[in-house]
Amino acid sequence: MSVLINKNTRLLVQGITGNEGLFHTTQMVAYGTNVVAGVTPGKGGEWVLDGKVPVFDSVKIAVEATGANTSVIFVPARFAADAMFEAADAGIPLIVCITEGVPVQDMMRVRNYLDQKKVRLVGPNCPGLLTPGEAKVGIIPGNIAISGNVGVVSRSGTLTYEVLYAMKNLDMGASTCVGIGGDPVNGTNFIDVLEMFEHDAQTEKVIMIGEIGGTDEEKAAEFIAAKMTKPVASFIAGQTAPPGKRMGHAGAIIEGGAGTAADKIAALEAAGVRVAKHPEEIPTLLK
Amino acid sequence: MKLHEYQSKQIFAKYGVPIPKGRVASTASEARQIAEELGGRVVVKSQVLVGGRGKAGGIKVAKSPAEAEQFATQILAMEIKGLPVRKVLIDEASAIEQEIYLGITNDRAARKPVMMASAAGGVDIEEVAATAPEKIIKVHIDPLLGLRDYQARDIAASIDLPRENWREFGVIANGLWKAYKATDSTLAEINPLVINKDKKLVALDGKMLIDDNALFRLPDLAEMRDIDEEAPSETEARKYGLSFIKLDGDIGCMVNGAGLAMTSMDVIKLFGGEPANFLDIGGGAGADKVAAAMRIILSDPNVKAVLYNIFGGITRCDEVAKGILAAMEEVKPNVPMVVRLVGTNAEEGRALLADANMITADTLADAAQKAVAAAKGA
Repeated sequence: MSVLINKNTRLLVQGITGNEGLFHTTQMVAYGTNVVAGVTPGKGGEWVLDGKVPVFDSVKIAVEATGANTSVIFVPARFAADAMFEAADAGIPLIVCITEGVPVQDMMRVRNYLDQKKVRLVGPNCPGLLTPGEAKVGIIPGNIAISGNVGVVSRSGTLTYEVLYAMKNLDMGASTCVGIGGDPVNGTNFIDVLEMFEHDAQTEKVIMIGEIGGTDEEKAAEFIAAKMTKPVASFIAGQTAPPGKRMGHAGAIIEGGAGTAADKIAALEAAGVRVAKHPEEIPTLLK
Repeated sequence: MKLHEYQSKQIFAKYGVPIPKGRVASTASEARQIAEELGGRVVVKSQVLVGGRGKAGGIKVAKSPAEAEQFATQILAMEIKGLPVRKVLIDEASAIEQEIYLGITNDRAARKPVMMASAAGGVDIEEVAATAPEKIIKVHIDPLLGLRDYQARDIAASIDLPRENWREFGVIANGLWKAYKATDSTLAEINPLVINKDKKLVALDGKMLIDDNALFRLPDLAEMRDIDEEAPSETEARKYGLSFIKLDGDIGCMVNGAGLAMTSMDVIKLFGGEPANFLDIGGGAGADKVAAAMRIILSDPNVKAVLYNIFGGITRCDEVAKGILAAMEEVKPNVPMVVRLVGTNAEEGRALLADANMITADTLADAAQKAVAAAKGA
């Protein structure tokens, strides 16, 4: 078992004919992901990847033709909100948005709309999902992780790769890795994923990678203390970040004294989570 | 992106929020001329992108044009919290009966905008927020519906605003919402919104923060950015699409990915060093971008060593290595460099750098320790 994606995932790629979309579709197919369709308005009827994947003009038509049940979005930031609305209106239950730089007011509208439709969104500004050996939805390099019993959830991209790689070097595998993204308003938060891992039979341990900004790690700590039976190890990035400065990710900013790494680490440790001093140390805390 | 008070108030006025008559000046004689045009008492207000201007002596009431000129001379020579004052706003002075706070910001946790208001507005609103948070009324706005008229009335009633001002308040609250929405703000704030001697509401001060991610659809606003108020290296970095923040330490860092960039800083600190900067070259960076990043890092005279930490995914390590070599040709650095390449095309990258006289490392912890040692030895 795994969470969110597996062998039965029928993936649709929005923005499939763009540079990033095409490159990562190639990677996802090579990994064994079942990519059933792509969408680029105005290019319906074309095929990509040597005739393996059909392109449609709209998500609605693509879903009717192929039965796609998950969408991954690679369109530029200015079109990303519309792409998410389109996928939700076409009845896709799981949307993964990789796009970075979506305006936060767009995301508030998208999130409030998707909640009414009970559609799950992962991202935006995230590396996506990887269930090693089964499916990859997004841009996480497939060769840095092996299958195992550790659920990984993270707000970051390359920092997550660092942790997966350190796990692999210790022969430790992942059940599913979920990159929830670094934006202030996103679709899926830590608690959503922790709850999935708690109920997933394959997952026996959990790694949670947080960073400064907001209060999601503190809320996750409350959830862990109250509801989790599986051990959790963590790392929080941004211990040396100055207040008031946006550290790359739109969501990684200490505002009004809230959202510091020290607060988050204290909350997690109080909930019984083992917090690593540097990312390569995390897997050793679960050995 | 932060806007100045005068820029924020001009935007508010466009959406029907009453503001005092006034204009911005860059010289004392201009200030005098504006004061003459306005007649009567005026307020001379420093335009810098920090709070606490009044307490620092950067806001003064002048009784005559001559006095306005004199205050403008003083204020234009000031630095407030390290930022030089380059402009002053000359506003007609208001006779204030009451100061109200009114603002909209993004509530991350609720995923909705929130309108906040308080009858105890003015310079001490932060203290009110800390000591008597119940005096600040908060109303969430559905981002799909917008601010409803009844919500504005509820706020007016909750802060005990006189009934004769409710209609005006509704126009102002709605105007603030429209300004916030149209400019993709993350904060739009009027503090204080005053009731003057004529029992009218006027926005005396304004503050806006604009979402940098939305500037692609706000070309007029993007031009309002005041680059005098940020470090030149940060302006240069933005030109190349790099995310850069200057810090006070002596170890320069170049990393791909924001989370990993922050982490690399943290690990340097963990092993006893101090990072000189945050720098994320982003995903898929080519040689040009890497070379620009290296020039920016090395332009800081405090830098005694540089750490390159690249985890290749979309970014290819050989491209990064080419960028490093190109920049070294050009900048001829004389500080030690520690490089760690992992992931996509790491082997090719390492081979390219084999003759470049760089210190190599396999793990992040190892790389950070070597960088700290190199900075101390330099």
